[in-house]
Amino acid sequence: MSRIYTIKNKLVESRLFLNRIIAAFIVVLLLTSGLIIRLVYLQIVGHEHYATLAKDNSIKIEPLVPTRGIIYDRHGKVLADNTQSFSLELIPEQISDLNDTLLRLQKLLNISDEKIDQYQKQRKRQKRFVSTPLLISMTDEEIAKFAVVRPYFPGVDIQARLVRHYPYAELASHVVGYVGRINEAEMKSLPIAEYRGSSHVGKIGIENTYETELHGKTGYAEIETNVQARAINTVNSVPPVAGENLYLTLDIDLQKTAYDALGTFNGAVVAIDIKTGGVLVFASRPGFDPNPFVIGIANDAYQALQSSENQPLYNRALRGLYPPGSTIKPFIALAGLEYNAINAEHKLFCPGYYQLPNVSHHYRDWKKGGHGSVNITEAITQSCDVYFYSLASMLGIDRMHSFLQHFGFGEKSGIDLSGEKPGLLPSREWKRSQRNQSWYPGETLITGIGQGFLQVTPIQLAKATATLANKGNIVTPFLVKNTVNPNPIEPDTERPPSNITVKPENISSIISAMVNVIHDPHGTAKSIGKDINYQIAGKTGTAQVFNIKQDAKYNENDIDFKLRDHALFISFAPADDPKIAVAVIVENGGHGGSVAAPIAGQVIKQFLGGNNENRNP
Amino acid sequence: MKTETRSEQFHPPSVIGNILRKLHIDIPLFIGLSLISLLSFIILYSAGSQDMDVLIRQAARVGLAFLLMTALAHVDPYQFKRYSALLFGLGILLLVAVLVMGQFGKGAQRWLDLGFFRFQPSEMIKITTPMMVAWYLAEHALPPKPKQLLIASILIIVPTLLIAKQPDLGTALLVASSGAAVLFFAGLSWRFMLAISTVLAGLTPILWHFMRPYQRDRVLTFLNPEADPLGRGYHIIQSKIAIGSGGIYGKGWLGSTQSELDFLPESSTDFIFAVFAEEFGLFGCLGLLSLYLLIISRCLYIASQAQDTYSRLLASSLAFTFFVYVFVNIGMVIGVLPVVGVPLPLISYGGTSIVTLLAGFGILMSIHTHKKFLPHS
Repeated sequence: MSRIYTIKNKLVESRLFLNRIIAAFIVVLLLTSGLIIRLVYLQIVGHEHYATLAKDNSIKIEPLVPTRGIIYDRHGKVLADNTQSFSLELIPEQISDLNDTLLRLQKLLNISDEKIDQYQKQRKRQKRFVSTPLLISMTDEEIAKFAVVRPYFPGVDIQARLVRHYPYAELASHVVGYVGRINEAEMKSLPIAEYRGSSHVGKIGIENTYETELHGKTGYAEIETNVQARAINTVNSVPPVAGENLYLTLDIDLQKTAYDALGTFNGAVVAIDIKTGGVLVFASRPGFDPNPFVIGIANDAYQALQSSENQPLYNRALRGLYPPGSTIKPFIALAGLEYNAINAEHKLFCPGYYQLPNVSHHYRDWKKGGHGSVNITEAITQSCDVYFYSLASMLGIDRMHSFLQHFGFGEKSGIDLSGEKPGLLPSREWKRSQRNQSWYPGETLITGIGQGFLQVTPIQLAKATATLANKGNIVTPFLVKNTVNPNPIEPDTERPPSNITVKPENISSIISAMVNVIHDPHGTAKSIGKDINYQIAGKTGTAQVFNIKQDAKYNENDIDFKLRDHALFISFAPADDPKIAVAVIVENGGHGGSVAAPIAGQVIKQFLGGNNENRNP
Repeated sequence: MKTETRSEQFHPPSVIGNILRKLHIDIPLFIGLSLISLLSFIILYSAGSQDMDVLIRQAARVGLAFLLMTALAHVDPYQFKRYSALLFGLGILLLVAVLVMGQFGKGAQRWLDLGFFRFQPSEMIKITTPMMVAWYLAEHALPPKPKQLLIASILIIVPTLLIAKQPDLGTALLVASSGAAVLFFAGLSWRFMLAISTVLAGLTPILWHFMRPYQRDRVLTFLNPEADPLGRGYHIIQSKIAIGSGGIYGKGWLGSTQSELDFLPESSTDFIFAVFAEEFGLFGCLGLLSLYLLIISRCLYIASQAQDTYSRLLASSLAFTFFVYVFVNIGMVIGVLPVVGVPLPLISYGGTSIVTLLAGFGILMSIHTHKKFLPHS
């Protein structure tokens, strides 16, 4: 019974379905006929009307490119602006034989094949009537040469364009960055309408981070054109809105002092205004001249930069990873006081080495023979390693990890530059997941003197120092103070600090020990403390580039320069009311006290108006 | 049994035909799709400023899409039925994931980044929605009862709203129509369809009454783009000039002046039909429409020959949705429908829609080439 019912049902179903297929087909035919009727109406009835519209006069929408915002330092000195420059541009549509024209131009003006390739790539992305530059920043000679033969080159012309210019060249290259031609990948991610007339986009640095603000808003002009697509009348226009001018917190004069003070060394100097978080100095040496990147750097010049042993394209201040060495000691000492592992009076005898129970390995002090009996202040002042091996062993890696994390170690500082490295703050979990190994007690010891897995960036070290100077209130570094044109944005001077709760008396002990580093006769950086009427607090550091064998004797004159230790120094001043924090890393500089500390000293004295004049006779 | 196979081998129309049949490929459909793809390359070369790179990228996508189609043609239709609900559920989950991630990243979010490739769940849902509705309705006797109708409607509305929220109105519209098509082919009564249309039409003035002035403005621009000559209207005006100036015979291949002079925006993607109409004229348009009609007719024929309810409903819905694609895009370009972002199927530049479309055709081929018993002819 039910079977018969189903079969019957199936028959009904399939008849119903066939009916629906036929109905659908009729709907398809009817709607298609509708489309055809409309097409006939447009293409036969309306043909003449539309053909006239298409041929005679048409409205063309031309983009009006905004002027890129200017970048200033904190005192209004120009770090990036736009200068007039002349470029040779071609309109493919108006050239009958493009390849021949390019060959003739190449011969006339000595243009490299590479530039021709670059031009071809850019041309293909554009419509055929768009004027595309072949040469940017033409020399007077090139302009003169072309001017003579110009009538023989229809569709080729010299155009005045604004080109980005960086007056301080390599000095600020790692902060300001540069703009370059828009490449294919960027073409896809940028808003098409906004960039219709733009050829350049910020690639790195502030130019990249604040691209939207600097670029401005593209305007449009509705232009009536005739049959040759020649403009005859502007009907209506929406003017472009120029990009905003940026004021950085950077002090370019201070930056120059720091950069010059690094001398022939590679390294980085970062200085932060503790009250606000504004970055005063962000120097990475060597820098590079960003100007060639704007007009398209030649391949060999780029290769030279890429393969240079000193890596000028490498932003050391932002991305350089270094072991902090002894500069970590004030933070470890503070951890010791906070966790009550030690108190300020706690004394320890330093024989020149440290041994873990039942292990024969000697963890040695930098000072052969040791420091004798030291308390925490003396341990910091003289940078006694044995004291910190012992303290690290008492704290353990877990507590060290969580305390150091509060100061921003192991994470990005949050500065408004992209590409920052987070560094590495090791922990048991990290070693388990990354290396699939358990944590060894010896690794705790060397972490206590800033060696081993621990890695920091200069900006991170500066941030941690500023935070320590700020009594544990986190200082977040930033570079752009405010934007001015067209509408001033409220300057962000006060950023709400998030706080680390540390006892004020513990902070005071650490700061007074750090003052001794500079102002005590035994201090490791006592050379910079002269001729000033305020106190500087600091800590030297020396980071091993390689491990010395257990019984080998270390003699820095014997070893290759590239294997010499990195010199580090962190500091802030004035010690009683900190205004500026400075972190210095000098690659292969040897000793923190003799090489890195004087650089920080110069920066601090210039900023606080110390007796800088007396130093340079 | 053996003799049958031998006799089949005895009359091969051609070697290629034999290979295609072994691959479970439907030859008329395959020829139609290949012709359209060829036409796509010809017109893209002109619309894309004669850039070979554009063609190469498109060719790679089309190649990949054809491979996927062949692979799906191999699958037994029973498998599609079996996994309908699972695939639909997965699609909905992915849509939700995209929306949630879109909440964190600002702005419209349609892509799901899987690391090695980016995936647009709304494309997958275009096929899984009709699969799901067909599967659900095929479980019951047709025509659907009110209760089944209600559940089927929910199955359609959920993905539609999720996509509309992205916001991608064009795709939402296509998903809704693919589901509605299944209901139509399942035998939804004409009276009911009329009633629904009347109710919707009756609601409009009430809705209008409650709208704020700026909302009304938006609706008006949506309906009459010419009122906004600098925004949406600009596309339509330029598109009509391009098509109209093409005339009966067109300006010839590469002869389009409107797209060339940048008057016609999105000439390679949504508005490619305007370039085609300008270059090949009314004759070209009639040819292209005929080609589309041939493909749709073949698909409807395949649906009519299908042997179970699920296959019928799915095949006919896929066929009809393909037509909706064509109609909505061309209707928009020639200025009779509002501007919604729907590409011209198989012709517009862009990968995801081609892959989805050919996947649909793969399912149709699978339905046609996996018959359980031979029909008597």
